[in-house]
Amino acid sequence: MFLNVKTAVAAIALTAMAGSAFARDLVINFDDLNPGPKKGFEDAVELFKSENPDINVIVNINDREAHKTAIRNFLTADAPDVTSWYPGNRMAPFVDAGLFQPIDDVWEENGFVEDLAAIKPTMSRDGKIWGVPYSYYQWGIYYRKDIFDLLELEEPQTWDELLAACGKMKENGVTPFTIGTKFLWTAAGVFDYLNLRTNGYDVHNALTAGEIKYTDDRIRATFANWETLISECGFVENHASMSWQDAIAPFANGDAAMYVMGNFSVDGYKNAGLTEDQIDFMPFPTIDASIPGAEEAPADAFFIPANAKNVEDAKKFLAFVARPDVQTEWNKTIGQLPINSKAGISDDKFIQEGFALLNGAAGLAQFYDRDAPAAMAKAGMEGFQEFMLDPSKVDAILERLDTVQEEVYK
Amino acid sequence: MTDAVNVPSAKPSWLKRNKLAVAPWIFLIPALIFFAIYVVFPIFESLWLSLYEWNGLYDVDGNSTAVWVGFDNYVKLWDDPNFWVSLRNNIAWLILYMLAVPLGLFIALFLNQTVTGMRFYKSMFFFPFVISQVVVGLIFGWFYNPDFGVVGTIWKAIFCEETVNIVGNVAFSCSRPAPDILSSPEWATYGIIAAGLWPQIAYCMILYLTGLNNVAADQIEAARLDGAKGWKMLWYVVVPQLKPATFIAVVVTVIGALRSFDMIAIMTQGGPFGSTNVLSHYMYEVAISEYGERYGYGSSVATVLFGIMLFFISYFLWRMYQDERGGR
Repeated sequence: MFLNVKTAVAAIALTAMAGSAFARDLVINFDDLNPGPKKGFEDAVELFKSENPDINVIVNINDREAHKTAIRNFLTADAPDVTSWYPGNRMAPFVDAGLFQPIDDVWEENGFVEDLAAIKPTMSRDGKIWGVPYSYYQWGIYYRKDIFDLLELEEPQTWDELLAACGKMKENGVTPFTIGTKFLWTAAGVFDYLNLRTNGYDVHNALTAGEIKYTDDRIRATFANWETLISECGFVENHASMSWQDAIAPFANGDAAMYVMGNFSVDGYKNAGLTEDQIDFMPFPTIDASIPGAEEAPADAFFIPANAKNVEDAKKFLAFVARPDVQTEWNKTIGQLPINSKAGISDDKFIQEGFALLNGAAGLAQFYDRDAPAAMAKAGMEGFQEFMLDPSKVDAILERLDTVQEEVYK
Repeated sequence: MTDAVNVPSAKPSWLKRNKLAVAPWIFLIPALIFFAIYVVFPIFESLWLSLYEWNGLYDVDGNSTAVWVGFDNYVKLWDDPNFWVSLRNNIAWLILYMLAVPLGLFIALFLNQTVTGMRFYKSMFFFPFVISQVVVGLIFGWFYNPDFGVVGTIWKAIFCEETVNIVGNVAFSCSRPAPDILSSPEWATYGIIAAGLWPQIAYCMILYLTGLNNVAADQIEAARLDGAKGWKMLWYVVVPQLKPATFIAVVVTVIGALRSFDMIAIMTQGGPFGSTNVLSHYMYEVAISEYGERYGYGSSVATVLFGIMLFFISYFLWRMYQDERGGR
């Protein structure tokens, strides 16, 4: 009996080895079912298959929100060989629990250290590199070109120009900014930009890493600028009960002229009936000229779980997705920006402007809710929303955030 | 072996002798097993988990990454303003939700007549209870919307003038801004409770309608002969006979108030800035939602909610037990 089991095990092991020699399985979990992103991914996988006919690629595509829940189980229970996830603090819990593998070798062997230099700090933790990004997109101010033309306004470059432009809009019955803060994160976009322009990239990182207090004078200065923005420019009313999509309505109707947003929103404007000529993009204006311009550019990336069975081919796939030609095609399909500095871009005007902007950026922030730990991000964004509804509460809000910060980063 | 063959039918088997005692347990076993797995065990697991700090992850080998922190989570809870806001909102829900009981009674009395088509009217009043809470939440969310909802439309008709904006589209300029109930930290909770009351009133109404069928006609007759009418008739003759219905209505309303989750998740997600949270939603937020992942802390919130529910449920069970002993 015992001997039989032993031989059976050996036989199984042999067949498994033989099987893997012929067709090796590579399981990839991806997290976007929207038509564009899904096609971009599937096209890339097809190309990978044709280049590696000996690898049997198995793809699981899940919805974004479902993936966020599922990854917490599958990394332990049934790990794929490659999974999509977000860099920055979002990868931290998995890195800390030892659920991802470091892939420094992939970066070194393929020259990513130079080609993906801008994003390297974001992909690193504890001195190691954990993933390979395939795409990102810019944030900034999307505005109604036709309204700017009617009011004879130029793209404001500086804070004073922005405030002056706002004054002119208000005189003419246009609310300067639209926003929908029901789901909170949009307010974080405004905060991040004000903070990046007031204090710069290092302060953004120090704040989200818990190294500076919210009651710090520099952060107070950011909030003072925000208060100016609210009083001299102003946001649409009722923003607390609108989602970001709801907030497109006043923008499309011409009641509001500007929107601090990410590039994914362009589809939304077009679906609301605006034409390419009516909308345009500008970087968030400079507040302090001495501070180098850093931008928000949330990236999407691939990681190898620690429990991956086929690490060798997984690394092959990671090297593949960061290749310039692959990133070029992929990002043309999904309307975003390639991260590899050798990749080409489509001739869409928003993509062109975004590419120029991000290539010249002094630093790339991942967004408040990806750079800060989840519990801090939640409390912070609630604070931002509360501040936008009533700026006079600033002291109470900042003190509360300090308490949360002490708790979260201890 | 041989003994058994030699002594046929001397004694019926143990199972046969105890048939009456055993049968109920056999029928109960499936339910008990599932109740134990899905209700009892999770209760103890979350009580236990509330003593840990855990982000819900297991390491590569499948070991939990939880760290024992004792009663730390409860200490944090005590200092957490969001917890107190949630608790206060829970109390507001409990108190205001009780309105469903008298309102349900009055609608039931109103509908307890014989008019043609009464069944249709009754089913219309019962309708909100049949549709999902999520749908009720969505409908009320739109209803309150200051731009395109009923509230906003009426407001515009009274306080706003139609103007043309800079690009030639229709816009409104209002002498005072339309109330945005769900964005107002003061009013949003009451807005959601009002939405929750709609189906709850229907529920209480149906309980009272069945109760009213059992009101003794001879007692009404006798009371009428003694000159009782109107409020006195209602209070001294009808309502006491509806006591069982009232008891059930109060029980389901208390439990409904404490369970309120769907409407909050749909209408405000606990916002603006956590001011409409209740304990159940706050537990979800800190433990399960995207920005949560603090399972230990979430469990401690759940434990507090469980304690409150246990208090009410024990009271109700005690009452029922007393009533049964008293023979009612």
